This record gives sequence, C-alpha cells and structure tokens, in this order.
Amino acid sequence: MLVKALKGSPRYWSWMISLLMLMGVGFICYLWQLNQGLTITGLNRDVSWGLYIGQFTFLVGVAASAVMVVLPYYLHNVKAFGRITILGEFLAVSAIVMCLLFVIVDLGKPMRLFNVLLYPTPNSILFWDMVVLNGYLLLNLIIGWNVLEAEYKEVSPPKWVKILTYISIPWAISIHTVTAFLYAGLPGRHYWLTALMAARFLASAFASGPALLIILCFILKKFSRFDPGKEAIEKLSAIVAYAMIITAFFVGLELFTAFYSQVPAHGTYTLMYLFAGLEGHGKLVPFMWVFVVLAALAIVLLVIPGTRQKESTLLLACGATFISLWIEKGLALVIAGFIPNPLERVTEYAPTLPEALITLGVWATGLFMLTILYKIVISVKEEIA
Amino acid sequence: MRTTRRDFLKIGGVCGLVFLVFPTVKGLAAGEGQESLIRKLAMMGQEGSSSVPSRAGTREIKWGLLVDMEKCWSRVDCVECILACRREHNIPDIPTPKEEIKWIWKEPFANAFPEQEHEYLPEALGEKPVVVLCNHCDNPACVRVCPTKATYKRADGIVMMDYHRCIGCRYCMAACPYGARSFNFRDPRPFIKETNPSFPTREKGVVEKCNLCVERIDAGLRPACVEACPAGALIFGNLEDPDSEIREKLRSFLTIQRKSELGTRPKVYYALP
Amino acid sequence: MRVPDFKYILIGVGAFIFLFSFPFWYNAGRAATAPAPDLNTPTINELEIKECVEPTDFMRANHMRLLNEWRDRVVRQGERVYVSTSGKEYIMSLQNTCLACHSNKAQFCDECHNYLRVTPDCWSCHLESKGK
Repeated sequence: MLVKALKGSPRYWSWMISLLMLMGVGFICYLWQLNQGLTITGLNRDVSWGLYIGQFTFLVGVAASAVMVVLPYYLHNVKAFGRITILGEFLAVSAIVMCLLFVIVDLGKPMRLFNVLLYPTPNSILFWDMVVLNGYLLLNLIIGWNVLEAEYKEVSPPKWVKILTYISIPWAISIHTVTAFLYAGLPGRHYWLTALMAARFLASAFASGPALLIILCFILKKFSRFDPGKEAIEKLSAIVAYAMIITAFFVGLELFTAFYSQVPAHGTYTLMYLFAGLEGHGKLVPFMWVFVVLAALAIVLLVIPGTRQKESTLLLACGATFISLWIEKGLALVIAGFIPNPLERVTEYAPTLPEALITLGVWATGLFMLTILYKIVISVKEEIA
Repeated sequence: MRTTRRDFLKIGGVCGLVFLVFPTVKGLAAGEGQESLIRKLAMMGQEGSSSVPSRAGTREIKWGLLVDMEKCWSRVDCVECILACRREHNIPDIPTPKEEIKWIWKEPFANAFPEQEHEYLPEALGEKPVVVLCNHCDNPACVRVCPTKATYKRADGIVMMDYHRCIGCRYCMAACPYGARSFNFRDPRPFIKETNPSFPTREKGVVEKCNLCVERIDAGLRPACVEACPAGALIFGNLEDPDSEIREKLRSFLTIQRKSELGTRPKVYYALP
Repeated sequence: MRVPDFKYILIGVGAFIFLFSFPFWYNAGRAATAPAPDLNTPTINELEIKECVEPTDFMRANHMRLLNEWRDRVVRQGERVYVSTSGKEYIMSLQNTCLACHSNKAQFCDECHNYLRVTPDCWSCHLESKGK
C-alpha cells in the first residue's frame, strides 16, 4: 500500500518537497545544537524546559483524535465515525511521533537515550510516559494499518485487531494522565502541583485532537473525492464543544482556588505572570489574552447550533480551539510553570531562531508522515469507492 | 505479491532465532576468556568489600550540614567556601547568568527563605546573604523523577549524580524546589579558570550539582567548603550520631530549613543568631 | 520480467557492490602499522616492579570493562579501594591512579584507540595528566 504515497499530483509533490525543505533546515539546526549544546536555545537554568517540551505536551493532547472517534464507534456503535476512525488513528500516530522527536531534541545527551531502557526506573514518571507513548504509537499504527489493509482487500479485519482497539481506548486515557503526572507530581512548582492537572489534560486533549481532525477532514474533502460525511463532522464538533467548555471550566477552577484562597502556593504568582505580568516581566501576557479571546470565540461558535453546523464558522471555531489550546499547553503551561523560580525571581524565556527552526522541522516531519498516511488512506478509499 | 508478508515473517523468524542462538554459541566459543574474567570480577566484589569497608554502605551514617548564620555574617563579603568549592570541583565560571553552574552560592535571606518573609522583617535581614547549596534531601524529588537513576541517594544520605549516565532531560531541575541543579548548556572546559587535576570536569549536556564533596568524605576528609570557612560557620557531621558536633548544635540553636513544608526533609540546617 | 527492468537492477547491484567494497580495495596494501603503546613515562620508569593493577594480558583485553566496573563501584557504591588478584590495593580512579603512571595519553591510550578507530569519551570529563 505504501507505493500509493509515490503517486500524486504536482501540488502533492510541491507540498511534500516544501516539508522536506523545512525538515532539512530543522535538521541542520539540530546538528548545530548537537555540536554547541542547548546554549543555542533560549533555555536557561531557571526555565529549563521550553518550546520543545511545550510542543510535546500539546501534541500528546492532539493524539486524542484517535480515541475520540474510536470510542464512540466501537463502544457506542456510532456508525457515522466508520469512515474517519482511520484518520483519527493516523493523526494520533503522527502526533506521537512528533512528541517523541520533541523529547529527543530536548535531551542534552541524546546518544544516551537508551539509558532509559537500560536502567528502567519505575519510580520516574518520564519512564512511564515513554512506555505509554510508545505503546500508543504502536497500537494505533498496527490497528490503523491492518484495518486499512482489510478495507483495501475488501475483507473484514482480523479479530485480534478489534482486541487491540479495545485496549487502545483506556490506553489513550493513560497517555494524557501520565503526561499530566510529569508536571503534577513535582514539589515546589505551584502552578503544576494540582490534582486537576490530569483532568485538564484530558479535557483539552479531547478538544484539540478532534478540532484538528475536523479541519483535516475539510481539507481532504476539498482536495480529494473523500467525504467524511456530514453526521461525522456534526458529532465531532459536539465533542469539541463539550471538551472546550470543560477545559475553560477547569481553567476557571484554577483561577478561583488561586485568587480566592490567596495562598501563594496555589500558583497565584504564575497566574499573575501569565495574565498581568510579574515584576515588569510579561512576555506571555499577550498570548494569554489571545488564548482567552480565542477560547471564548470557539465556545460561542460551537455552542450556537447555527454556527456549529455551518462549515465556515465551524472551521473558524476549530481553528480558534486549536490555536488557543496550543497557547495554553504548548507555551504557557510549561514555560510559566518555571516562573517565578524556586528563589522567587522571574527569569523569562523566549525561544531563539534555531530553536524555532528545529521545532518547525519536527512539525514538518509530523506533517510529512501524516500526509503519506492520509494519502494512502485516500487512495485506498477512492479505489474501492 | 500476496505471499510477501508471509515470506517476510518467515525470514523474520529465522533472523530472530539466529539472534537468540548466536550469543550462546559465541559464549561457548569464547569460554575460557569469559570465565576468567567472571572469576576475576567475582573476586573483586568479595575482597574489595570485605577488606575495606565502604563508608557509603553503612546505614549508621547520615551526613548533614549546619550553617551558623551569626558566624557566617561576622565576615562581610566572604566567599571562601564558594571559591574552595569552585577550585575543588572544576566548576566553570560562565559569564551568562542564565547558564551559570552553581554548587554553593549566596542568596539574600528573603529569597532563600521566602516563607520567612514578612512586612516588618528588618530590611537588613532580608538582604543578608545566605549560603545555599543542594540540601541532600532525605526524600529527594530529583531522585524520584530521574528516568535513568543517574541521580540517586547513597546509603549515607548524599544525593549523587552519575554523570556517565545522565541523559540531560532536566526533569530533576524541574523537580528540585531549591534551584540547586545546573545544566551544562555548553562545554564547560573553556570557562574553568584553574583546574584541579585530581577531579574530573563535566561535559555539555549533563546536569550537575553539589556532591557534598563525596570524594573527600570517602577519603575521611570534611567537605572543601567546611574546611575553607575562616569563621567556622559550616558544621559538617553525622546526623545519626547523637554526640556529633552537628547534633550538639542542633540541640542548642534554633534552626530553620529551606522549604521544609514540601516534605523533602533537607539535611542542611540554618542556625539563627 | 521485462528486460529494461533487468538493466536497472544490474546497474543498481553494480553500484552497491562498488560502494560496499570501496573501503576494502581502496585500503588494500596500505596496512596501518601495528600500535605500540609506550610505557616510557617518568612514573613507570621509577617503578621497581613494572606491573599494572592486573597482568598485562588481562589489561590489554579487559581494561575497558575493569574501568566500567571501577566507575560503578566508586560512583554508585562509594567503594574506593580495589584489591587486585595479587592482593595489592589500589585507589579506583582513572584520573588519579591509571593516568598517574600512564601520563602519556597520546602515546599510550590513543595509540591503540586510533588504530582500532574507537573513540572512548572518557576525556570529555576526565582530565588527561599534564605529565611530569
């Protein structure tokens, strides 16, 4: 089936070549980083995780695109999702690949990566995150590929694929929970130290993953003869609506606990840094207000039936959801967690150009993979249609 | 085309078998050399530990450090402990504060003990410098999170770094509530002013921190900072020994600790004047 | 199979064989001289009995394993003293024990490492002896 990715229109090839170019630029910057060390990034001894780990955190959420179509389809028999489960699964595959790449580019000693396997450490959440992410990647790749192959041969997929699919549903919950535990279990990082963290991760994941899936469905519909079906899009947008409202609700809960209790240990200073600036530092303030505006816009557009059902406004709502959650998870959550530092000082962080190019390169790699996978899906679906 | 996958599986199976069998065959072929090495290593293990008892292996020792603030403040602008540490451990002097490597350094009282701060704290006290370093916590968060056991707690309580194993993920830096961990963002060697030839340097990409001078402790010496303090403000000793000097001081002074509310159980104590 | 395909396959296989075997025939007849690690350092010359911590044959084959063992015992177990098979005691330290005698890294360590094209990363942290 892989050969289907080698036949495409000039537009397909120019898209792939542009991605390859971005990947190349990112790779060159990464070689530079390997040579010079992480000094070429904006990271510092106070904000020791930044753009890379932020993208990783956000993309774990995007991987929820799979479970949000698989769960209704297999557990609730929502037939409308039949045509797009594969799209959700392959989006999850690309998202997890990006996650793993972002962890690798963040390492100071990437050549020692396999020490994590050589000296397995069950008390480290990072060890478990490695386990669940790789497991989820394999599950979705195996399930997606086998289902597609069966579809191509016009037979029903083997029985064990269905068993794996049932396993993949609770497994999907684990990737968000364990990734949240990376943050929620650290003493002294008040903004992260909240029992709500895993729930927040799940809610925002269930919004950002399906939102991107809706956008991708419309793109596929525009450029191919594939039609996801009106009902599938409607059901997905309802999921995004609920998840987005719950996400906003959870952010509100954090704000209430911090500001009503007025206990500094509840992340009050970090929230002040994010929304108003602290001690004259406020690089993330504009981003946070964009987050608020976009999240509110998304919720309004998703709640009103008229705008939710209209293609143009639904796309706007999904775009707003995706970007606002990218700001919240991909930037604010990780960076601001380090501010103020353990010594009550504010050290700010901003990514450098090479850091941004490496990040772009990893995104391009993910998109490259996603395009190949989707191209195969579309070719198969067009062929058997 | 239809049979390719089955063929692939067959070939894969054969390859797998070869991987299983090959090491055994290789081991048999190399029998003699292998055996002598194993015997040698086994003997190393036995004799090494019986003839020279390791101080790290004993549970009767729990090293701690007490800072006598009055004595420390008696010498204004003194940095002897910091310089001694820097010389002992080949700590680079990196000019950009964002990439600084710090093992022991000074912080204003208000920053080291933010929970002690209040409106009417004498301004002079809030500004007074406090030496801070790794607390060698009894319940270290950094050790809990490390995915490779590159940082771990020895039996004598010292929280150690194995620079050979660190993958540079910096999870420990996120976990440490004291800011006691530094990352080598770049090759530290060009920034080391005078090198101590008997101690290694670090390399770019690993996290480092105070090791409580484990290399000196194992040789029966006190930490370099304690040794260097001209005011005798740093008291090092065994917290498990009720007759030790540090326990004596802990009985007679009011001592505070950094962020003890986090449950990390630090082993560095600050005696207030 | 169509003939044009066959032609391309042949070219591909040919190119592969050429590239794969390149190092063999390119270097043929140009054997590198066997390494001769140098023991001529002031500390070694002063020794009455010239012996390493273990017999030379063992060290030649297993020094890297011994060093890994030392590393783990010192760093992780806090043991500092090594008792050799002959019963002698040594401080387990690459920098302070091994390199104290072998203060000529270039003539001793690098000699074989270069010959075998291995690049151990010991020296990115451990300081090589300045010599006497």
